[in-house]
Amino acid sequence: MELAVFVAGAIVCLLGAVGVITSENPVHSALSLVGTLIGVAVLFIAQDAEFLAAVQVIVYAGAIVVLFLFVIMLIGVDRSEDVQVEPLSAQRAAAAVLGLVLAVGLVTIVSLGSVTGTPGTADVADVAASNTEAIGRVLFTEHLLAFEITSVLLVIAVVGAVALARYRDAAFVDAEHPGDEIPEPVVEAETAEVSQ
Amino acid sequence: MILANDPLLSGDVDLTVVLIVVVKAAITLGVVLLATMLMIWFERKAISGLQNRIGPNRAGPFGILQTLADGLKVILKEDLIPDRSDRIVFRVAPVLTMVPAFITFGLIPLGGDFRNGNGGVIEVFGHKTLMQLANPGTGVLVILAMSSVAVYGVMLAGWSSGSKYPLLGSVRASAQMISYEAALGLSVLTVVLTAGTLTTNGIVSSQEPFGWNLWVTGLVPFMVFCLAATAELNRPPFDLVEAEQELVGSFQTEYSGFRFAIFYLAEFLNAVTMGAIIVTLFLGGPTGPVPIGPGWVWGLVWFVLKLVAVLYVFVWTRASVPRVRYDQLMDLGWKALIPLSLGWLLLLVAIRVGDDAGWNPAIVVALGALAMLMAYGMLSLAFAASRRNRELDALEGVID
Repeated sequence: MELAVFVAGAIVCLLGAVGVITSENPVHSALSLVGTLIGVAVLFIAQDAEFLAAVQVIVYAGAIVVLFLFVIMLIGVDRSEDVQVEPLSAQRAAAAVLGLVLAVGLVTIVSLGSVTGTPGTADVADVAASNTEAIGRVLFTEHLLAFEITSVLLVIAVVGAVALARYRDAAFVDAEHPGDEIPEPVVEAETAEVSQ
Repeated sequence: MILANDPLLSGDVDLTVVLIVVVKAAITLGVVLLATMLMIWFERKAISGLQNRIGPNRAGPFGILQTLADGLKVILKEDLIPDRSDRIVFRVAPVLTMVPAFITFGLIPLGGDFRNGNGGVIEVFGHKTLMQLANPGTGVLVILAMSSVAVYGVMLAGWSSGSKYPLLGSVRASAQMISYEAALGLSVLTVVLTAGTLTTNGIVSSQEPFGWNLWVTGLVPFMVFCLAATAELNRPPFDLVEAEQELVGSFQTEYSGFRFAIFYLAEFLNAVTMGAIIVTLFLGGPTGPVPIGPGWVWGLVWFVLKLVAVLYVFVWTRASVPRVRYDQLMDLGWKALIPLSLGWLLLLVAIRVGDDAGWNPAIVVALGALAMLMAYGMLSLAFAASRRNRELDALEGVID
């Protein structure tokens, strides 16, 4: 049963992954990515990690890829592109090497069952009946600091994005001397239109 | 396993159990399709009453078969695919609007006896089961996941049509649905907090008999959820995604024939499902008094009555309120609903913590209200500053 679910999920994942890199249209790539993410969610469910599965769909499929698509549509880059053209030379070779390194690393970790050399000691049977509850408990007790630091990181990212997008000189917003630092004079009619 | 929350699957799985599951799936599908059909009729009839006209009255008694007649007609229409469309995505998009609603409906407890901590369990052919298709441990999260995935149908329909109005509509759809997702999730969190569980069945059980989350969570999350749900459904007054006068129906513009019918159906299917979610989360689901006879029948009756009431409010709103402007929509979502639901969640958490620690509840509430007032003041200061900056920008001729 578990094998069947794994095979189905893995096929969906791999098809999606191949689709992401071979599609000529960015929207098709994004949709293939959704396929991969849903496949990973299925694999999570097969491992009894139902909370991770739900969050995977909410965050990645429901928010991040939707934002990808939003940006693709908004700035209109949804035309097919020739994937044979290589904008940066040696990009492909570098990607292949790095991919290989990543694959070797992953296989090593999975076959050893650990990152540090000694396998993990956590016993799955120890945790509470519901694994959502267990995650919540561990996250807000043992790993509270890491959790809070992550949220601070996200806040910094948001503030940074706003600061970059809405940057203005201090003198520029000075109500006492409007117009001191304008790079170019503006036609009166245009100003009236903008202020609507 | 994910299905183990249903007592049906906790024991040995034999042929009867498999058959019960299959029958339950078939019943759920039938109920949801029938409910959608009736909803279309109900909405047309109710809205024509509110607008002082007659509405559908030809097909069947009170025009109740109008949907069937329309469906038959639309199947016979020519099905056009625009030349500049993305053919595969164009075909898939209508289906994507329906699938999440179907999945969500499978998680809703439709009936069952919730008295005396029974948990809605009924007995069929000697097997105990729940009157819902599935009861995963992450029930509410799955509902949220489905509502966040639901945007794909509209978005891809608009993009794949290969013309301007639909594209504008799909850009609006993605921005609108992502904006209201947060408020939706935050108001659901208050329900999860009071119920202490994520399963839909557990949430309904926790509201037995009249501890409805509507008042247990203090009305505000319910109102936020209803507004956010209306926006998620793209129903009036938040139907900017369709906006016939500006966008000619937007994502539906290029669709015809049966594919258009699927969109039409999905719109009402989503409304029914969202109504069922509201009933489950805030109005106690199938719980209610049982004067006589078996409890599960009354469960069904109460569920249907509550659902019809919620759906009537949807229709009523549609008939009464004009469509909001796009900036008003974004202002409401980001500047009102999200801060309000976040503040309310923190207040409820504070009350619970104070309860555990034995603090005086009046002081906790007073301090919480004070903190919320201060947060409100700071937010309005921030909004005032940003408005002033925009006005200055306009004065200086900066276009952003």
